[in-house]
Amino acid sequence: MNQRPRFIRAQRMTIVNAMLALVVLIVILQLWLLTATMNAYLGGDRAVALPSAIASFVCFGLNLGLLRYLFRLDESI
Amino acid sequence: MNERGTQSQRLTENQSIPPDARPLALQPRWRRDFPIDWEQDEYVSRRELVKFMVLTSAAFAVGQAWLAAKSLLVRRAATPRPLPIATVNELPVGGAKTFFYPEGSTPRLLIRTGPSAFVAYDQQCTHLLCPVVPAIEKNCLHCPCHNGWFDLQTGRPVAGPPQRALAKILLDVERDTVYATGVTEGT
Repeated sequence: MNQRPRFIRAQRMTIVNAMLALVVLIVILQLWLLTATMNAYLGGDRAVALPSAIASFVCFGLNLGLLRYLFRLDESI
Repeated sequence: MNERGTQSQRLTENQSIPPDARPLALQPRWRRDFPIDWEQDEYVSRRELVKFMVLTSAAFAVGQAWLAAKSLLVRRAATPRPLPIATVNELPVGGAKTFFYPEGSTPRLLIRTGPSAFVAYDQQCTHLLCPVVPAIEKNCLHCPCHNGWFDLQTGRPVAGPPQRALAKILLDVERDTVYATGVTEGT
């Protein structure tokens, strides 16, 4: 007997759309962070580089978590 | 619900319905030959876009790491050794002299502002790198290229297009000699 998928296709579509919105939001945040850090760095303020790098890696970690969920979603089909 | 009912529900849930909702057998020939599953197509394209955006996110994180590593390396770089750049009697009050500190740097400008007062700045304007010239009577440094003005005592921009201060050279006067001892980047 085949196992019933966790989500029907319409639900998966909604999930992937929400995920895409979140990922794009985080990437825009990272872009802003990089621009602001570069501006400060070229202006001689080097103290912000390390904290913003940590923040950017946290954002990347969030994105990786979402991607992992996406792979799991694909496996459940 | 029995097994047959479940299977038929799965078929409806996972199948694209043609725009006019008629069965596939009643659809035009081209649609029967190329039954593109639009919903699945959209799902795959969004999934691939998510993957690409995560890759972009990784690129941004790497860029930030590069900036952080560079700033840490600059902090650890050794402070240049003090360098004698002029004697006190060499410059009259209001006089100026260019020098390089540390060696191989961009030109720096030493200005005698009083009998025992000296200031030194990077000579390149922070706007478009034109050389600045002292305007002692106005207590300023002037960039003639785009009419930029910097305060002579602090190096901060006071008028014109420059937004950042000139890099300041730290000085030390010992006996009759003026030494450059460090550089403070303008912010």
